[in-house]
Parts: sequence; C-alpha cells; structure tokens
Amino acid sequence: MNEIIREGTLAALATPHGSGAIAVIRVSGPEAISITEGIFFGKNLQPKKLRDKKGFSIHFGQIISDGTVLDEVLLSIYKAPRSYTGEDMIEISCHGSEYIQQQLLALLYQQGCRPANPGEFTLRAFLNGKFDLSQAEAVADLIASNSGVSHQVAMQQMRGGFSNKIKTLRSNLIDFASLIELELDFSEEDVEFANREDLKKLIFQIQQVVEKLIKSFELGNVIKNGIPVAIVGKPNAGKSTLLNALLDEERAIVSEIPGTTRDTIEDEIRIEGVLFRFIDTAGIRKTQDAIEQIGVHKAFETIEQASIVLYVFDAHTMSPGDLDFEIDALRNHLKNSQLLIVANKIDEEDLDYLRKEFEGYEHLIFISAKEKLFIDDLKLKLISFFDQRAVQVTETVVTNARHADALRRANTDLFKVLEGLGKNLSGEFLAMDIRHALNTLGEITGEVSSDDLLANIFSRFCIGK
Amino acid sequence: MLDKYDIIVVGAGHAGCEAAAAAANLGSKVLLITMNMQNIAQMSCNPAMGGVAKGQIVREIDALGGYSGIVTDRSTIQFKMLNLSKGPAMWSPRAQNDRAQFAAIWREMLENTPNLDFWQDTVTSLIFNNQTISGVVTNSGSKIYSKSVILTNGTFLNGLIHVGEKNFSGGRSGERASFGITEQLVDVGFKSGRMKTGTPPRLDGRSIDYSKMEIQPGDISPCKFSFTPTLPVSHQLPCYITYTSPDVHEILKEGFDKSPMFTGRIQGLGPRYCPSIEDKISRFSERDRHQLFVEPEGKNTVEVYLNGFSTSLPQDVQYQAIRKIKGLEKVKIFRPGYAIEYDFFPPTQLKLSLETNYIENLFFAGQINGTTGYEEAAAQGLIAGINAHRKINQDEPFILQRSEAYIGVLIDDLITKGTDEPYRMFTSRAEYRLILRQDNADIRLTPKAYDLGLVNVNRLRSVERKIKEAGEIIKYFKDTSVSPDEINFYLGTIDSAPINQRLKLISILSRPSIDISGLASRLNGLHDYLSTMNSDSIHEAEVLMKYQGYILREKDLAAKFLKLDNIPIDPNFDFDKVKNLSNESREKFSKMRPLNFGQASRISGVSPSDISVLLVHLGR
Repeated sequence: MNEIIREGTLAALATPHGSGAIAVIRVSGPEAISITEGIFFGKNLQPKKLRDKKGFSIHFGQIISDGTVLDEVLLSIYKAPRSYTGEDMIEISCHGSEYIQQQLLALLYQQGCRPANPGEFTLRAFLNGKFDLSQAEAVADLIASNSGVSHQVAMQQMRGGFSNKIKTLRSNLIDFASLIELELDFSEEDVEFANREDLKKLIFQIQQVVEKLIKSFELGNVIKNGIPVAIVGKPNAGKSTLLNALLDEERAIVSEIPGTTRDTIEDEIRIEGVLFRFIDTAGIRKTQDAIEQIGVHKAFETIEQASIVLYVFDAHTMSPGDLDFEIDALRNHLKNSQLLIVANKIDEEDLDYLRKEFEGYEHLIFISAKEKLFIDDLKLKLISFFDQRAVQVTETVVTNARHADALRRANTDLFKVLEGLGKNLSGEFLAMDIRHALNTLGEITGEVSSDDLLANIFSRFCIGK
Repeated sequence: MLDKYDIIVVGAGHAGCEAAAAAANLGSKVLLITMNMQNIAQMSCNPAMGGVAKGQIVREIDALGGYSGIVTDRSTIQFKMLNLSKGPAMWSPRAQNDRAQFAAIWREMLENTPNLDFWQDTVTSLIFNNQTISGVVTNSGSKIYSKSVILTNGTFLNGLIHVGEKNFSGGRSGERASFGITEQLVDVGFKSGRMKTGTPPRLDGRSIDYSKMEIQPGDISPCKFSFTPTLPVSHQLPCYITYTSPDVHEILKEGFDKSPMFTGRIQGLGPRYCPSIEDKISRFSERDRHQLFVEPEGKNTVEVYLNGFSTSLPQDVQYQAIRKIKGLEKVKIFRPGYAIEYDFFPPTQLKLSLETNYIENLFFAGQINGTTGYEEAAAQGLIAGINAHRKINQDEPFILQRSEAYIGVLIDDLITKGTDEPYRMFTSRAEYRLILRQDNADIRLTPKAYDLGLVNVNRLRSVERKIKEAGEIIKYFKDTSVSPDEINFYLGTIDSAPINQRLKLISILSRPSIDISGLASRLNGLHDYLSTMNSDSIHEAEVLMKYQGYILREKDLAAKFLKLDNIPIDPNFDFDKVKNLSNESREKFSKMRPLNFGQASRISGVSPSDISVLLVHLGR
C-alpha cells in the first residue's frame, strides 16, 4: 500500500489505449494546474494563465512542445475539492492519435507529473473522502466491468445504491439499539418501553433485508464474474469442439482420442452484453486411468457450481433411452443449475428424423459444433436461461466478497439477538450483539458511536428528571 | 495556612474534596481553598448519589480509596438498587441523602485527613512561571505558592443566575460568582465555552399533601456503596411521585415569553437528558403529563426537592404552576428554581491525567471540564488528585482504560471527543459494560489503589479473599453433580425442565430461571458448603458462571481493541504530512493529538478510512 500512496501530480490516459476521434488525458494533484499552464498557450502563442480560471470551466488552446504546436486541445479545469479525485484536476481533450497521446503524456512527465498506477485516481478520490469504501470498490468494478449488466450494477453501487441500503439497515438497527439502551439507562424514566414482540418483528424485518442482500451476492458474483456454464458429456461427444465454436477460436485441445481434455478449461464470451464463463470438463465415464479419474471428479464439481449445464451428446450414437439414463445420473449433481441438452454432430438432412426421435425433451437443442450449425440458436437459448433468473439490476446487488462476508457476520449477530429475545435475556446482552452487528455493517460504510444512540434517544423520548 | 504547599485545590465541591483527600492521603501537603467553609461538599442539585452508571462510578471511587462511597453510606436516608430486573451489569445503586449530613460528614472526614489544610478565600488569579503553575493569588491579596494546582470551580466561573427576566451573577443560589480566572487562562491560550444547567424549586414539606401522591419506598433490604465496613441505612424515608397536567402546562406556557431559555438570553448549552420543565413541554408537546419526584432533603428538615421541575421561568409563574400539581395545591416555596450559566474549558485541552496541555502541573476536574453530576466530578477529582501528586513526584500518570472502569470511559471521552453539552455518564457510553459492574469494582480497581498507596493492605486482602472464594465456588459447581432425584422436584416448582441423568451443578445454574440461592435452598450439601463463604464471593461466582459466554466475548473484544490502544503515535507526529487524510480528520488529529490509534479512532468525525490511511502511513 505504501507504494501507491505516494504524493505528487499524476497524469495518465483516461480513455482506452489506441486511436480514436479524441482522447482524454487526466492530470490530478497539487501541481495539476501549474504544470499544465506551462505547456498550454492561447491562439497567439501567449501563455494562458489557468490558475485564475474557475473550476468547471473549459478552455481552448494549443499544447506547445519545444516551440512547436503538438495539438489543439480543450482543457477542463476542476478545482479541489470539487473534482473526481478531490484534488486540483485538469482533463485535456486532445485528438485521438496515439502519437499525440504519447507525446502529450511524455511532455507532462517531463514537466513534473508522474504516471498514475492502475486505480490510483480512484484511490485518491477515496482517500480524499469523495467515496466511501463500498463506492470506491464499485468504481474498481466499473473500470473492470466487461458486460452490460455488470456495468449497470457497478454504476448503481457507485451512485450509492448499496450504501443507501446499508444506511437504511443501520438506521433501523440504531432505532432498535436505542430502544434497548433506553430500557437500560433510563429505566427510572416515565417513558414507554418497547414490547419484546415488536422488537422481535423489527429484528426479523432487518434480517430479511440482510438475507436478501446476502443472496444477491450469489447473483452479483455471477454478473461480475460471468455466468458459469459447464459443458459436460461423454468422452468425444464434442464438448471441446463446441467450446471452440462458441469462442470462435481453437483453444481447447481437440483430438479424436476420447479423454483428451483432462482438466477443466475456462473461457468467457459475451452474448448480448451478458458475460458467460464456459467451463469445459473432462468427459464423464468410468475409468481406471488415475489422471482421468481426477478429471471426472472435477467435472462433477464443476457441474455443482455451474448456473447452467450443457449436456452434449452425439445424436447419432446415443438412443433416447441411453440419454434418459445419462441425464438421470447427471441430475444428482445438478443443484441450482439449469440443464440444457445439446444434441451434437447433426447433419441438416437428418434434422427432421432426429427431432422426432428426441421429441418431448424440454430444453433440447440440435447443433453441429464442427460445422458451426445452429450455434446462434444455442446462444439465444443461453440468454433466455439468463433472463429466467430474473435479474433486475434496479434491485441492490452485492458484488463484493468483503461486503457479503460482513453481511453474513451481521446476520449471525442478528440471529443471536433473536435467540436472546427468545430466551428473554436482559437488554444489555441483546445490546452486545446489536453493537456487533452495527460495527460489522460499519465495516461497509462508516461507524456508529454511542453518541449516535444517545442522540437518537434524546430526540425521540422525553428524558430527564 | 502556610505560604508553600505541594498542591493547592481550588474549590471544595465533590471534585475538590476527592482531589484534596487523594493527594493528601498519598503524602502531598495540600491546601483546600473554598469561598465558604460552611459550604464544603454541597449537593447543589438533587440530594442523591448514584443511579444508573453513576452508581457504578461511586463504587469505583470507593474501590480506589476515594471518600464519596463512605460519605454517601453514612448520610443515606433511602437506598434503591436500580435495574434489579436486568442482568447484574445493570444493577445500579442509588441513595437519597441527607443534604446537611452529607456535607458535614465530608468536612469531618477531610478534617481527619493528615497533610490537609483549609483556607477560606476566593482565588482571583493563578501564578505561572513560564509554562508552569507555581501558585494562586486570592481576593485578600495573599499569594500562596505550590508545585501544582487543581482547579475545581464548578459553576462559579463568571456564574450567571437566571430567574425569569431577572439575572444576576452568582455561583450558586445565595453565593457569589468568581471572576478573573477564565480571562487569565484565555489570555495564555486556553479556549473557554459556556454551559448552562438548572435546578428546580425547593418546597416546604409541611404544605404538601402526600396522600394524593404515589409513595416510593426504599429497598426492603438496602445495600450500600462502600466496600469498607460501613453500615446500610437502617431507617429509610420515602420519596413520592406526582405528575404535571395540561393545566400546569398552560400556566407554564404563559411564562415562555419571559423565559431566558426561549428569549435567547441564555447562551450556554444545557443537557438534553436533564431538560427544564419548559423544555419538556415545548419539545414533547404531545405529552399531557410529566413525572415528578418529590424527594426529602434530610431527616431534620422539612425542605423538599421537586425533581423533574428544573426551571428558569419567572418566580410567580413557577408558583402558580406548581400549585396546579396534584398534592401541591397549597404548597409553599422555600426558594425558586433557576438556571445558571458558567464558563467551562473544553476538555480536549487536557491530557488523560487531567493535566492541562498548556500549563504544566495545572489540573482541571469537574464541571470546569464540561461534565455534570456529583459522581462524574468526584471521579475526576480523585484522578486529578492522584496525578497531581504523581506528577510532582516524577511518577507516571495513573490512567484507567475504557475496559477497566467507567472512570476510564469518562476521561477518555472527555479528552478525545470533548463535549458540547454537560457530559453525563450512561452505561451505553461504555463498550464493555458487562465487565464494568458495580459488584466487581473492587476486583478491578482496589489492587491498583493499593499499588498507588491509597488503600491499606487489609482492603487488598479482602479483594484477594473474594477472588479466591469465587474461584473455589466455581470449581465446586464444576465438580459437583446432582441426580434427578435430588433436583427434579425443585425444577418442577420453577417450570424448568427435569433432568434425566446426573448433571454438573454449573450446567443447571446456566439455565435462565435458576439462581444459586434457589439451588442452595434445595441442596443441603451446597447450602452447607456456601455457608462457609462470604456473600460477595457467592455473588461474584454466580455472575461469572451464569454470564460466562457473554463476559468472555466482551473480554476478547476489549483485548482486540486494546491492541489499537497499544499502537502509539509519536506526540510530535506532523499530521499535515499525511496529505491523504480528510481535512476534518487532519485538523482533529492536529488539535487533539491522539497518543495512540485507539484514541485516534474514537475522535468524533474520524472515519475508519482515515485510521486506515494513518496506519498505512505509519507503515502498519
């Protein structure tokens, strides 16, 4: 950490590498304005004073390097603390050629900026209090997001959706804690104490929200890391070929020898903005080969963790009866995953016959991986499976393992509170677990002090002899 | 009076008295200066000691060798253990006291303390030598020199009393205010502020119709505060409860335009938990009555304290409103309620030893630090007295952790957070209240007091005996089992499930409805065993066994947080160097100068991310 929390003024490309119509270079730090001032000139080559300009203003001018004009640019000025990083900041919109970008950055480095490490702008924003921890983490997710849905989730977290949800939870918990503290510190006062049944209800409601958030992590994880799809089937059913067809490139080891794929191979593709993570497995068969056995064992593990399981079989060599047998065996390993049966190695002329033969199977699709036949149909089917999961990103989704962990621990504390209420324990014991839960949620955003509880009590109850 | 002392204590309220006693008992030559020798240890507000959290503090003071517990026991006219329906950590002793006797016993105990002189005078300024205190100057022109000075001025610094539209200077009803000290301290760099507190009218008990009120008697078997062999109260007086009514509120409201509270004449901030009656009516207008406690001021007086009716409304409005209260229709008033504004010094200007940051060997204790309450004041006085003595003898300051005592919570809160309103202790302010019980204050603190030299070896032995016996009792409960035949009948009588095989006593005791005295009444062996033990040891063992899980968890937590407290921050560390701190935190760190990360993390407005940044910066 010490490495990245360094001082100085940062400069880096804020748009993707490569050529485009324009590119944006971001300069942030105490000397952002003075350094930029030294290379920025007006039309008549007069130096332009930037330090007197207001924040949120845009200026047209030229970047001069060694007496020659490098580019005509627009400068946006942000003054601390009203900028993304909370520091003085300049964004230079230049023309998008890579040459110009590189020259401009080199010039800035020469003038005293230093290159920014990955995420360093965000880190500064966080350290300057522009974000809370969960928002900062969302920014990291946003930068790394590579599917449409994951982008939406990250955007929502950055705008504070998750923080707001946690804040609401916390304020409900503070209310509960205040009612308990009221009983303890002000038992002599003429105020009505909360009845235990109401307290139980309140904790129960809070717990439901927490549990929903925890569950959303599973979904959030899926959105962020891609939906895991396991490709399974007998050896030589064409699983690796199917993966290659989906990926459109030769990645898996394809051979005619059954059992070639001994490990699980993963790759990701985006279908209509949704990220799918395909996991190719070794074929499932009884085997004496020790190495292959490991592969089979791994295949079952993969199935258990997958959201969607593609069962691939050779439509020409397997009868519906055999298929039923295989599917039944597989079902023991399907947990929450959905099954899509893929009849592979078809020829177009056989299609009508095969359709009849395999009539009545739900979610069965015919393809030829080798000939790349009906691969688009398969993709559409995958998307429809995803939609069935009813992902609504308007809902708050937890995507961060640290947050999920904090929520789980808070949930455990809440269980103890409920248990204590059930045993009719005195308030100071309930308060202990409530404080625990509050501190745990505080790991996500901000902490709660006893002053907060007292302030809440004094604002709601008439206390004082 | 001599002209040179080790320590001068200015003010003889609860803080000043404890400070003087502690320092003198430790061996310092002490001079206690008070404006009026007749008013030593006055209970200037309600005639009671203790209560929730405050009772625990009195027990801690007593365990440390302070006098408040003994004085309280000797002047108690009613005793109640509050919160008995809750767990033992919440049990809180409270006494009603005979106001005159309380003060008389304090004076008697101080007069019997060696090394302690008295002087009746008003201190008008302090003598500094560079940045170090060297004595005081009094109204009579005397200069008295000392190595250390403890200021415990209460509400007297620029005290301003308000009754309706009238206001006049005074430190307390009928007493003069004190001038000069605030101005001098501000001149040398101290910041001062203004606080406000209030007190209710005192009534003539002969004119009260108690038959219209609810009686509130003391406990049937009263306990006491001190761990020393004082006696519990033998003859108790009752208190009474009555209520205000819409009629009372209507009359009070008529006086609002003359209330110094509402007209803005009072600038100081009052406590939210001790609001005036006019405050209660205006802030909680939906309530048509407020509870009032009618408390006797002593055995040999008819004066009565109307607790809950603190007010600064005009005298005639007070009088008319009170006469609408049930039972007080014909009441006569001895003196009206009033509000008082006074100077305080934000306590963030102090070290944890209660020595000021700016002037060496100058200590503050009590309301001057923005606190309220006799107990809070006495606790600070005791700590200031101990530390003033230690400082001039080049000893390390005596500092209690938050996990060791409410006194530790109190002082740490004051120094690291400061306070905007008069600070009062609540149990919710303590992170470790299951550990900070009134029953174990002696176990927690008396060994420390022995090391300091404040209690004699007999008191240490008595604590050691308690610890040893409690340990033996716990072992007995772990080793002894009972058969279904012996216990099932008893379990049936208290609706507890029967057992079907021999079970250790400790697992039966862990059931919610079971207690040791119930078991002992059924099990002859246990009864005989316990009859050889002291009752405080039995109680200690019972608490430790019944709440073991929770207490252990809290101790773990305390140990974890103590780690943060043990990571020191260089007192000269330049927080401005850490550019990535939020401005608010940087300013607060620079101002408060936390000495360790635990303290830094408790400063209000400092976010956990600032602590992370600081830890990162310091290479943790």
